[in-house]
Amino acid sequence: MTFGDPTQRARGSSGIGRFFEAPQIGRMSPASRLIVYSLLLFWSAFVLFPLYWIVITSVKLPIDVNDGPAYLPFIDFAPNMHAWRDLLVLDLAETVKPYRNSVIIALFATIACMLIGSMAAYALARIEYKPKFGTILLFVVAMVGASVSVGIWGVDWRLAAASAGAIFVLLARALGRRFKRSVGNGDILFWMISQRILPPVVTVVPVYMMFQSVRLLDTHFALIVTYTVVNLPIVVWLMYDFFSGIPKDLEESAQLDGASRLTVFYEIVLPLARTGLAATTLLVLIFSWNEYVVALFLSTTNAQTMPILVAAMNGGEKGVLWWKMCVVIIIMIIPVVLMALVLQRFISKGILLGAVKG
Amino acid sequence: MTTQDSVVGVSQSGSRSPTAIAVELPPRGGFAEWFDNQSRQFFIMPAVIMILVFSIFPLIASLILSLSRVRLRAGGYNVRFVGLRNFERQIFGSEQFHFLGTFTSISPLGWLFAIAVAALLIWWLVRCFRGSVSLLGFIGRLITAGMIFGLSLMFAATLLSGNQFGTLGVTLFYVLVGCAVQFLIGLGLAVICAQPIWGRTFFRVVFFLPMMITPIGIGFGFRMMADTTKGPFSPVWQWFGLRDFAWAADPWAARTFIVIGDSWQWIPFIFVVLLAALENVPRDMVEAGHVDGASGWQIFREITWPSIAPVAATVILIRAIEAFKLVDLPNIMTSGGPGISTESMTLHAFFAWRAPDLAQSAAVSYLLLFVAVVLCVSFFNLVVLKRRAAIA
Repeated sequence: MTFGDPTQRARGSSGIGRFFEAPQIGRMSPASRLIVYSLLLFWSAFVLFPLYWIVITSVKLPIDVNDGPAYLPFIDFAPNMHAWRDLLVLDLAETVKPYRNSVIIALFATIACMLIGSMAAYALARIEYKPKFGTILLFVVAMVGASVSVGIWGVDWRLAAASAGAIFVLLARALGRRFKRSVGNGDILFWMISQRILPPVVTVVPVYMMFQSVRLLDTHFALIVTYTVVNLPIVVWLMYDFFSGIPKDLEESAQLDGASRLTVFYEIVLPLARTGLAATTLLVLIFSWNEYVVALFLSTTNAQTMPILVAAMNGGEKGVLWWKMCVVIIIMIIPVVLMALVLQRFISKGILLGAVKG
Repeated sequence: MTTQDSVVGVSQSGSRSPTAIAVELPPRGGFAEWFDNQSRQFFIMPAVIMILVFSIFPLIASLILSLSRVRLRAGGYNVRFVGLRNFERQIFGSEQFHFLGTFTSISPLGWLFAIAVAALLIWWLVRCFRGSVSLLGFIGRLITAGMIFGLSLMFAATLLSGNQFGTLGVTLFYVLVGCAVQFLIGLGLAVICAQPIWGRTFFRVVFFLPMMITPIGIGFGFRMMADTTKGPFSPVWQWFGLRDFAWAADPWAARTFIVIGDSWQWIPFIFVVLLAALENVPRDMVEAGHVDGASGWQIFREITWPSIAPVAATVILIRAIEAFKLVDLPNIMTSGGPGISTESMTLHAFFAWRAPDLAQSAAVSYLLLFVAVVLCVSFFNLVVLKRRAAIA
């Protein structure tokens, strides 16, 4: 994928052409150029070497791995496709299942997350909300009550949730108008972002119990919903800054013409924010595709995802099956690269730019 | 628009100009009208409800767990309320060595460090108090200062007194050292790649690659890299006479290796974001600087840095938030060893959960949450917002 800026592409300058361009303001001296290129090459080597090692390990026989380092295929060792054959021919069904799970889960989680997250971000950027402080407090108290009654006194969770909800609605109706202090959009935004600080270990055990009680453990649905929530803060955060950067005039004139807010959002705002959408989508996709801890808790056999398969190659007594693991890692990278290539068409001027610009 | 008695209340939108009222709106159907009136709820409610159900409820449930003793029994578990005993055990009791570290007495160096930090914090608070800081802001700064002092006391009692530190220290090491290293290298690479250099597209693609790999794969990949007998660098180790040196047996070597793996994975993220920010720096200002004969360093300090500082602050915050949750790499590369010396707090909670000791696991998680929230929120309020305000 390229991150080159459009002006450069417009000039049609391939690398060599630029290299011999007339000196311009701010050009580097030969000495500093030497330093710069050696730094770049060093870092490329640092980045590429582990990847190279993963690729060549995937075509090694176990003996070539265990007998110490062998660096060059055909010279130090004879490449052998046995690990690829094992995973993609002999045990194809075993590989395809988690792969399909991963594709379904990452795709739907990303779509849901982008949809819900960008709607919330847009609302926070454009509509003024003033929830009453007291109402929120009331709601938290109701939820604590429900949780305590389920966790400690063993009340049925449906009963607890329903009664807590009813009590909350009744009290909010009765007391709602008396509450004076309210919080603003900035507070709501910060509350949503702060959810990202939650370590997954804090939430994953109760989430596990939650899905267990509704018998949804080890299903695609459980993982899709969890990934959606886990990534929502990132989407809201990044998309909020994108939407804030869009001028309001267009939307206002469309609303004057009688378009509903939903129409304005889909027809005008989203197309304008496509750079941010593409960048954020890529990020969320990468996060949900590669996630391990939540998948470890919430899936056992049916909904097992690819990162679990990677970990499963750590074969206990037999040691790590490095060759197979490397194959799994490689086939996991491919769809992400494809997705990045598709999305980079929309990311003309640098991924994530306006996103964090503020 | 009507007032609603839901969690997210409503007020008249401020975005419409007064002229909008004067224009005759075309008539619309009942349902469409109703739906449009509700759209302010419709836009935000899905996100609010999902976050409430999946973050607030588990948060409450975890809090309850952390305040109880959980006993597994056939077909379920018993929960008994024990108050703050779990936290007490982590901070003062039998788990202290695991969470905070081993304490004996604080060495003179440790005292010196703690006193220096305390003096700095007091100076800062006094300056804030004299300045125009609101009461709420001052309380926030007081909490920040208290947290920083507590943590530096912990470091003084463990690291600077020659004692082993616990998972809290390890986590902070990952966050502080990891973020600093990653930010500096990422910034350097971005500055270089923003120059008109040959093959910049190639370098950008290569530098972004590690982000696409699953963290657990990176963990295993770096375990291969670090192997002193069969790994690719084993000739180098042997050349230095370190064939028998098991890096996983030395706490600092193991921690360093984990930071290297973490950096390998996350520098691309910082690089990409900062590169985008650098390309947005107004070119005419940079060129005017050149014309005026400013050196490269002067231009960076006076023009480039101020305009990328808000992005830089945000990206450090995002990275720090993720670094507090680091678990895959230490779990795979060292399983937290040797001993507990590479165990991050998330891993600590995970091991406790596997033990299975749900209550201790929840308590550790809550302590992590507390430290992470105080530090991240302080950073957001004191650094990120200030940088953003400086630009606006």
